[in-house]
Amino acid sequence: MPRYEPVIGFEVHVELCTNTKIFCGCSTRFGAPPNTQVCPVCLGMPGVLPVVNRKAVEFAIRTAIALNCGITKYTTFDRKNYYYPDLPKNYQISQNYASLGTSGWVDIDVNGTVKRVRINNVHLEEDAGKLLHPEIPGANYSLVDLNRAGTPLVEIVSEPDLGTADEALAYMNTLKNLLEYIEVSDCKMQEGRLRFEVNISLRESGAAKLGTKVEIKNLNSMKTALKCIGHETRRQTALLERGEKVFQETRLWDEAASVTRAMRSKEVAHDYRYFPDPDLVEIHITDEWQEQVRAHLPELPDAKRQRFIAEYDLPEYDARLLTASKTVATYYERAAAAHNNPKAISNWMMTEVLRELRERDIEPDDFPLKPEGLAAIVEMIDDARISGKIAKDVFAKAAQSGRDPGEIVNAEGLLQVTDTGEIEKWVDEAIAENPDMVAKVKAGQTKTFQALVGQIMKKSRGKANPALVNELLKSRIP
Amino acid sequence: MELYEMTAHELRGKFERRELSSAEVTAAVMKRAADIEPLVRAYVTIAHDEADSAAAEADRALAPGKSAPPLAGIPIAVKDNMCTKGMRTTCSSKILANFVPPYDATVVTRLRGQMAVITGKTNLDEFAMGSSTENSGIHKTFNPWDLERVPGGSSGGSAAAVAAGMAIMATGSDTGGSIRQPASFCGVVGLKPTYGLVSRYGLVAFASSLDQIGPITRDVEDAALLLNAMAGHDPLDTTSAKIMPPDYTTFINRSVKGMRIGLPAEYFGDGQEPEVRAAIDKSVRKLEELGAEPVEVELHHSPYAVAAYYLCATAEASSNLARYDGAQYGMRAEADNVIDMCSRTRARGFGAEVKRRIMLGTYALSAGYYDAYYVKALKARTLIKRDFDRAFEKCDVIASPTSPTAAFKVGEKTDNPLEMYLSDIFTIPVNLAGICAISIPCGFTLQNLPIGLQLIAPAFEEGRLFTISHAFEQATEWHKKRPSVMPSS
Ligand SMILES: [Zn+2]
Repeated sequence: MPRYEPVIGFEVHVELCTNTKIFCGCSTRFGAPPNTQVCPVCLGMPGVLPVVNRKAVEFAIRTAIALNCGITKYTTFDRKNYYYPDLPKNYQISQNYASLGTSGWVDIDVNGTVKRVRINNVHLEEDAGKLLHPEIPGANYSLVDLNRAGTPLVEIVSEPDLGTADEALAYMNTLKNLLEYIEVSDCKMQEGRLRFEVNISLRESGAAKLGTKVEIKNLNSMKTALKCIGHETRRQTALLERGEKVFQETRLWDEAASVTRAMRSKEVAHDYRYFPDPDLVEIHITDEWQEQVRAHLPELPDAKRQRFIAEYDLPEYDARLLTASKTVATYYERAAAAHNNPKAISNWMMTEVLRELRERDIEPDDFPLKPEGLAAIVEMIDDARISGKIAKDVFAKAAQSGRDPGEIVNAEGLLQVTDTGEIEKWVDEAIAENPDMVAKVKAGQTKTFQALVGQIMKKSRGKANPALVNELLKSRIP
Repeated sequence: MELYEMTAHELRGKFERRELSSAEVTAAVMKRAADIEPLVRAYVTIAHDEADSAAAEADRALAPGKSAPPLAGIPIAVKDNMCTKGMRTTCSSKILANFVPPYDATVVTRLRGQMAVITGKTNLDEFAMGSSTENSGIHKTFNPWDLERVPGGSSGGSAAAVAAGMAIMATGSDTGGSIRQPASFCGVVGLKPTYGLVSRYGLVAFASSLDQIGPITRDVEDAALLLNAMAGHDPLDTTSAKIMPPDYTTFINRSVKGMRIGLPAEYFGDGQEPEVRAAIDKSVRKLEELGAEPVEVELHHSPYAVAAYYLCATAEASSNLARYDGAQYGMRAEADNVIDMCSRTRARGFGAEVKRRIMLGTYALSAGYYDAYYVKALKARTLIKRDFDRAFEKCDVIASPTSPTAAFKVGEKTDNPLEMYLSDIFTIPVNLAGICAISIPCGFTLQNLPIGLQLIAPAFEEGRLFTISHAFEQATEWHKKRPSVMPSS
């Protein structure tokens, strides 16, 4: 057992998928030319005032409910004051004194063991813009793009309840999955829709007393967050083992060097001088509003898993795997709707489809074989039109090209042969060509019988119906 | 009487009877403004061309058979901290000296909707921080009654312009007395509406929880007309009240019989000039003659108002003014890196008083001081509000001086900020409580300087203020006096 163990907490920033920004009517679309989705309000021009986007509040309520938080009846906004050129007002409108959701929890599954992680709070804030550093040698300027300024963010702050990288990964995956489920964000990490900050302290293994906490910003993917946790744990361990102290500080993740580094003193805001934003009135979240959001909440993972077990008669294991991601569950449901054999489709999902997705690192939406195509493959097996072996080939082809499986089977003549006349011909040929094997079968060697069946299947190029082959062969060799 | 000396309601009658056109009145006002601007310096920007074309358009709307809005064709000056699309809006600060907003403040939109003629932008203490307009980063403004004296502030340009005939009416903004005190110093009417009655959208923020736009006019009826145009909910300002304001002109020409006038002992103690005190006492007796009943009330926490105000207002200001960093608009001081650019821009762009208040506010919000200063100031604010609630159980309006003194000399108080801050001792509590108050002319000192009477009413009871101040005005002649500023030839 190592002498020190990490204690990890998360602050997760989620860009909400509202059509418009949190305090003005500008679009939140990603990828527009710089400074084309801006107005006096999100540019922070003199005299302008923010007006809260109710949809953003609703999404935050949804998030708070999904994370089992208490919802604050009167929620307010505060100003977080710091100077940075991507922050037009030089303060960020956030929530400090009356966060929308507080004291929640989420259960995570760590290699089969369920662990409960406490959520300190869920609050709303506005995103900042972006600085673009020109890739011109010697350039002594940066450019500011404020398209993103004012995009609604939900920040989810956990308690330091995580102890290993596995737990951290499970937590991040669970959150991402949950946020996709409740349809508040598309969570595209490559577009910065989901961003992580971790805080790590070390304590003597088994001890209750926490060590000094270090916060690390600027983690744009789960992989980075894990690398950072590993590095920071090693860094702090080395310090403690040398008898040195860990400073309470905020560090930045340096992706190129794969290390955390202390922020320069000018990069650190020592005091955010939070105070209630006098431009915004408190928002009353009435019981009716909360109930309305709750009533329209999309199905959560637990509920979906239970329903899969009941509705599709799936084992717990299958249901858990299929509902671990909303997009996978949706794919499965579409396939199951197209052909009524939920268990067979589940088997195909768990083996073939998930493997392909993992290998290619893509989402089900980007998988060339559509759910209806998968259903067609299973249906052709069930109707004895193709064998299981042929089905695997058809799947592989369709998964590559996106061609319709039925069309592949027809075009390549893969339909199963059930005409006994044709099969008899292959059986007779095989018997004639392999007298030794026939003799062994007659002597009672069942293994050789299977080998002979294989010979016949080969002659049919896999298309002969295996049951018929068996039957006919048995009748020929008494 | 000269055309530029008339009130909006008099002009309205003449427009309707075709005795006058907006073009004629506008020409007279713009000429007067150009003639005496070198002496009074009320404006930051005079908008001759815009005014001419707005007047022509108003005259078309005033043609026979058409129903023009009440302020059509009336020349109105706009305080230079309210954004005007395409017209420079400086806040009298070097840092915004070249800032041209791409949008109108809601109040400006409403004035344009009424086809008012915007004459230009009036001078103020930089970012409305001051009580004399001496803190303007552009130039000082002088009191038309005595050009060696200040016009008050921060809406000094607007008050001076209205007093001197350089506009028929004007907009002002009032955070701690910035409409009422200059109105008092310049012998005109100034109303600070209830917080939330008038939209703040496009008003460059000083202290967001206290700022309120209101009218500065030559008489009470004009103030009601201008407030009619300004008041009402604005979806762009969520702190604006969701109420349907009444027609404020219906509150004039009403009797004040039985109206109870609260006289707070705290407002009639030491610290005011005897001449001011005498004028207020006389005004109260005049109201008594008209049938009002004086009653004594208490405002125990008033002594804490100035301190609480300078914590709340500066705290908000320190954050509101953070955006002026040279990155996006306004002045930029060049530097090798962004941090130096920001600090140099602010060091060169802001004046001394603005810097003083930003530092005060930053301190008040800092970790370790927040509870001791900011939170405590908010508590004092609540107590002051409660004082007023209790007082209004006993009375309908409260009377007091607007300012403890008449207009002081230019430079007299610039070396002593604290003394300058006390200039707003009677006006500040009204902002902290979020209620409404008016300042009306009620006498003159021996040196022929105007004195203002402040009347305070509960939230959204502007109607009461119009009733009582109109009755007072009808019974007195103070509002008819005009300063005699003569262009130097
Ligand atoms: Zn915008």
